[in-house]
Amino acid sequence: MSGVDARRIGLVWSGLLLLAVLLLPWFKGGGGSALTQALEGRVWLMPLVAIGGGLALLSAMARDWRIHPAGAVLVGAGLVWLILQGFAIGLRGPAIAGLETLLPASAAGQPGFGWGAWIAGIALIGALADLLAGRGFCRGERFAALSIIGIVAALSLFVFFPILRLVATAFVAADGTVSLAPFAARLTAPELWATRCLTGAGRCGVVINSVILGVLSATLATALGLALALLVARTDFRLKRLLRALSILPIITPPFVVGVAIIVLFGRTGIVTVELAELMGIRPTRWIYGLPGILMAQVLAFAPVTFLVILSALEAINPTLEEASTTLGARPVTTFRRVTWPLLRPALAAAFLLAFIESLSDFGNPIVLGGSYDVLSTRIFFAVVGAQYDLGHAATLSLILLALTVGAFWVQQRWVGRASYVTVTGKSDAGLTAAVPPLVKWAAIAAVVPFVVFTTGIYAIVLVGGFVGDIARMDLTPTIAHVWTAFSFEITDRGVQLFGSAWNSMITTLWVSALSAPLTMGIGILTAWLITRQDFTGKRLFEFGTLLSFAVPGTVVGVSYIAAFNVPPIDITGTLWILVICFVFRNMAVGMRAGVAALAQIDRSMEEASQTMGAGGGRVMVDVVLPLIKPAIFTALVYAFVTAMTAVSAVIFLVSARHNMATAYIMGRVENGEFALAIAYSTVLMLVMMACIALMNLGIGRRKLGRRSALSKGKAT
Amino acid sequence: MTETAIEFRGVVKRYGEAVAVAGIDLTIAKGELVTFLGPSGCGKTTSLRLIAGLELPSEGQVLIAGRDVSRDPASARNVGMVFQSYALFPHMSVLDNVAYGPVIRGTKRPAARARAAEILDQVGLSGLHQRLPSELSGGQQQRVAVARAIVQQPDVILFDEPLSNVDAKLRRKVREEIRSLQRRFGLTAVYVTHDQEEALAVSDRIVVMQQGRIAQIGTPADLYERPASPFIADFIGDANLIAGHVAQGRFTAPGLSLDVPGPEGQAMLSLRPERIGLDPGGPDLIASATYLGSRIEYGIQTPAGDLLVSRPITETPLPVGTRVHLRIDPKDASRVA
Ligand SMILES: Nc1ncnc2c1ncn2[C@@H]1O[C@H](COP(=O)(O)OP(=O)(O)O)[C@@H](O)[C@H]1O
Ligand SMILES: [Mg+2]
Repeated sequence: MSGVDARRIGLVWSGLLLLAVLLLPWFKGGGGSALTQALEGRVWLMPLVAIGGGLALLSAMARDWRIHPAGAVLVGAGLVWLILQGFAIGLRGPAIAGLETLLPASAAGQPGFGWGAWIAGIALIGALADLLAGRGFCRGERFAALSIIGIVAALSLFVFFPILRLVATAFVAADGTVSLAPFAARLTAPELWATRCLTGAGRCGVVINSVILGVLSATLATALGLALALLVARTDFRLKRLLRALSILPIITPPFVVGVAIIVLFGRTGIVTVELAELMGIRPTRWIYGLPGILMAQVLAFAPVTFLVILSALEAINPTLEEASTTLGARPVTTFRRVTWPLLRPALAAAFLLAFIESLSDFGNPIVLGGSYDVLSTRIFFAVVGAQYDLGHAATLSLILLALTVGAFWVQQRWVGRASYVTVTGKSDAGLTAAVPPLVKWAAIAAVVPFVVFTTGIYAIVLVGGFVGDIARMDLTPTIAHVWTAFSFEITDRGVQLFGSAWNSMITTLWVSALSAPLTMGIGILTAWLITRQDFTGKRLFEFGTLLSFAVPGTVVGVSYIAAFNVPPIDITGTLWILVICFVFRNMAVGMRAGVAALAQIDRSMEEASQTMGAGGGRVMVDVVLPLIKPAIFTALVYAFVTAMTAVSAVIFLVSARHNMATAYIMGRVENGEFALAIAYSTVLMLVMMACIALMNLGIGRRKLGRRSALSKGKAT
Repeated sequence: MTETAIEFRGVVKRYGEAVAVAGIDLTIAKGELVTFLGPSGCGKTTSLRLIAGLELPSEGQVLIAGRDVSRDPASARNVGMVFQSYALFPHMSVLDNVAYGPVIRGTKRPAARARAAEILDQVGLSGLHQRLPSELSGGQQQRVAVARAIVQQPDVILFDEPLSNVDAKLRRKVREEIRSLQRRFGLTAVYVTHDQEEALAVSDRIVVMQQGRIAQIGTPADLYERPASPFIADFIGDANLIAGHVAQGRFTAPGLSLDVPGPEGQAMLSLRPERIGLDPGGPDLIASATYLGSRIEYGIQTPAGDLLVSRPITETPLPVGTRVHLRIDPKDASRVA
């Protein structure tokens, strides 16, 4: 056994760097490499070429470039210079006054980063990680060091940097000057903070509205998720399989469609409303528009997510703990209260948190069902796309929203505490899961039945709505006209021709989802692993970074991306990539939470055993970690995929004519009152998602760790 | 001179402010079984993990087979480790658990499986190859863990409290098994325990640790018979610690005087309970007598303090209240301070 091959590693990174500066087009939109650009006058690119050469030379000559002082200097200087020159010289000239006298060529400006610059950045970051690993970072584990540095770099670029830009924007007055006054004025506006509705004397401010909605929605969704999870995991409740299926439905439903279905049912001319008016003489009102409607839609939408989170925690509880309690003579109630419940608490907190933040970030339901009940996300949207375009106002509201979600996260963290929940160890864990006490079971059923009825109603509308003449007016003549409008095609001798108005957005959506789901899951799980398994300097900060990415609502992401990525050096608005990136960093936290919950229950010595047997970090992941946390991976993957297909709050700011997304398209139809077309498209979208989820389920399979399953024995669950 | 397998040079390990290992120098010879012994929290596990590469030293160097591995991660070293919880992979069969290491290090799977099967047979697990770890008893799981650790012929095999999950009744047997395996394969082994009896039984040498430092290194007999400090005397076996004074080659304490050479001044002697004889008639009083089957333990009141004396059952028992005279051979007394 010999140690790490420093020379080979060094040559790989410096080789990549040289490739980037010598051969690849440096700028966005093609053109010459850094070297040719430098020779043609953009001399500030020359140092990067020199650093590439220097690093290659050093790794070839030095005994170990990673601990050689020159190595640190070269890599550090390379990164700093890459960033500095990018921001110092913008598209239309230098951002710093006087720079053009020093560098005449800078007057002409420079485009944003292209392939060359990106690859150079990656090579330098890789070299930095290896340099640190060579100095003992992450116990010398390359994989861990690379992961941490890579994720830190990505978070800085795609989470911190946009937020910084956002903060800066909040201080910009309408005339373009920067000062504290506009921010202070925007922040203290009474339309934000009024609490009149609490005393029954009028309307509340938009902030108060958002908080009320968030708390109610998260509480109800968590309770419902818990009830569902308990019934599915711990009882012989007969409708178990139906529940599992039903609970999948809302997650794969684009948000607008539930809103539309609710209007079709309960709106002033809604089916139920009209029935009630005829049968009982109840006067039709618009009560559904506002808090009740949004709440209804949100609980339906979030309960399945909380259900999945709680379920995977429930399934990961080592049965021997409950068995032990029962053996010690505890009644089911006591076992549940003293063993199961405390073990579930972190999952409940995670679920509540998730739902709260989702609720605050939700844009689709408030915009369809909100009526005059204003919330932050819709207000932000109208500040950006509305008549009085005011990015400063949007930025201020975004910061308030951000403070709320981050605050919520912090409170939750305090409540969960730092207890250790290791219950899956390398030792055998054969055992039977405990059944829940009858009282809990009946309470759960009482919560779930209305949910089932309601969901059935909504989905009846959704299923039928797209395929009949006009569901809103109870015109039930079957037709495929709506589907055909969206997805018409013709098969000619030149192949399939797509005519339908929805094809473009459908194809983009599929691409974006297929690209972002594995990336999101990968980064989320990797981050979870780093947080639970690695001790490294700056870990607290790293956790804070991932925390922030979790707590940033989609609307805020949308606004901050506009503020950050419209201009060089990183101008990626209007591309497919900004959509993918947006989803990855918006959703990685869900995979991370699922991963942390799963990993916290797995004894880390299994991974250490694998390491001592010669496995590097990557092998440990593949051989040991991933097989043990399959449920978390599945959750993460499904969630990432489905959110990419159905999310709207961030993408609504980022779609372009060329890359439109399904949800943005559907929102347009809803705004135009084309409910049937919206429903038809949604139905197609859901079918596609179900097919994809089934594929994923097949690919990953379910976990079995030699656990006897008495409940499922003889029944095919 | 024997070959050195492991060397610690001024090794320090800190976790932020806390110091887990506070400067250790140590060499372990090839083929030796060395135990790290000490109370909980004294840094035994950390020292073991420093050898494995699961922790890297904050200061100093760790050498394995003469090579400085201080900056090498665990995967780049060649050590086998048996974890306290065994850490078997629950999703792999017994055979695949053992074959895992060779496969990782580049052996083709069939060859690795053959090698694993061979080792499993040698540790007495033939016929259980296709089981999952959860289908084995605790003792069998441990043997799998041992097989997995030795299959790659590591430079050193590390045991972290290997008996802590074994039934009390089986401990002696398992301990003997580990020892005989280690001898049979000629393995260098480092063994962590907080149980002094276990350490005395299995070790070639014992490293007693206290608050991140080495308190004493020696063979079991060295430590038992010549403890270097009151801490060691007390920690290993039972000891009577008597404070007194040395002058002109004699140790004196109230009612006690013994020939003890060495530097003059304040002194403390350690006397093992079974090395003190009792003669009827004398200044000291038997305050208690506890029957323990193979021996009787007496509590004796003396002017120098209460002493514990242990006599074999084959001697005539003395009743409580008897006046006795203590018989002490100065060779049995060790000066610990
Ligand atoms: N990862 C860690 N972070 C912080 N402190 C630690 C860590 N591991 C061990 N320690 C501390 O180092 C000391 C020695 O621990 P350890 O080596 O596990 O002791 P032992 O195995 O002898 O019981 C203890 O005080 C322990 O709290
Ligand atoms: Mg320990």
